[in-house]
Amino acid sequence: MAGPLPMMTVSVQEADFDVAQLQEALRSGAQQEGAVAAFTGYVRRSNEQRQVESMELEHYPGMTENSIAEILQQAAARWPVLAASVVHRVGKLGPGERIVWVGVSSSHREAAFSACEFIMDYLKTRAPFWKKELGPDGGHWVSAREHDTSRAARWQGGSAQ
Amino acid sequence: MLKVLFFARIKEQLDCGALELEWQDAVADLDGLQEQLCAAHGDQWREVLGQDNMIRAVNQTVVDGNRALRDGDEVAFFPPVTGG
Repeated sequence: MAGPLPMMTVSVQEADFDVAQLQEALRSGAQQEGAVAAFTGYVRRSNEQRQVESMELEHYPGMTENSIAEILQQAAARWPVLAASVVHRVGKLGPGERIVWVGVSSSHREAAFSACEFIMDYLKTRAPFWKKELGPDGGHWVSAREHDTSRAARWQGGSAQ
Repeated sequence: MLKVLFFARIKEQLDCGALELEWQDAVADLDGLQEQLCAAHGDQWREVLGQDNMIRAVNQTVVDGNRALRDGDEVAFFPPVTGG
């Protein structure tokens, strides 16, 4: 991709985050910047008919950060991304709490929307995080969903843009 | 020396998060390492590590199929990921 390298940041953290602050920090200041698309993921209060009292998120330190950085680079290779950022929480989270935030800045909305969705789809299938839901019936490791795999797969072959 | 890591459900099922193995010819590839772990720890490990959807990574990169290992490598076994 021609032009300056996009700003990319990855943070894996226990602490909550401020969406407004993250979105402002993402602004690249580039003259051609015209769009920021962002996604926030939350802990569901119930999942597959199970009540969720809390959730524990485990990850593979090192590999997690590297795999997300690689996903951001892949997004920047496909779309004219000016800046992209991922924040993902780990540890114990309560129902309704924020889990993940993805933001992408670009010159136009198409690239911002597409890159943001691509990053989430790849993050869900490639970044080494594991969710365990804790409820009245004890702990339950969340199963990987075929739906997530097929969503990520549709970006392959270049026809999904 | 090989560093071996287990995550999430696999870690719980094995009751083991990490171990270190002396380097030897028997662990010179992923399949050899897995066989060595099963031989040392018994049927339960064989069942857990033999699960269909097991993911194996070498030096923090996911590997499809078998792959040669080198002294000092970090190997990880984990279930399909569920973040986001």
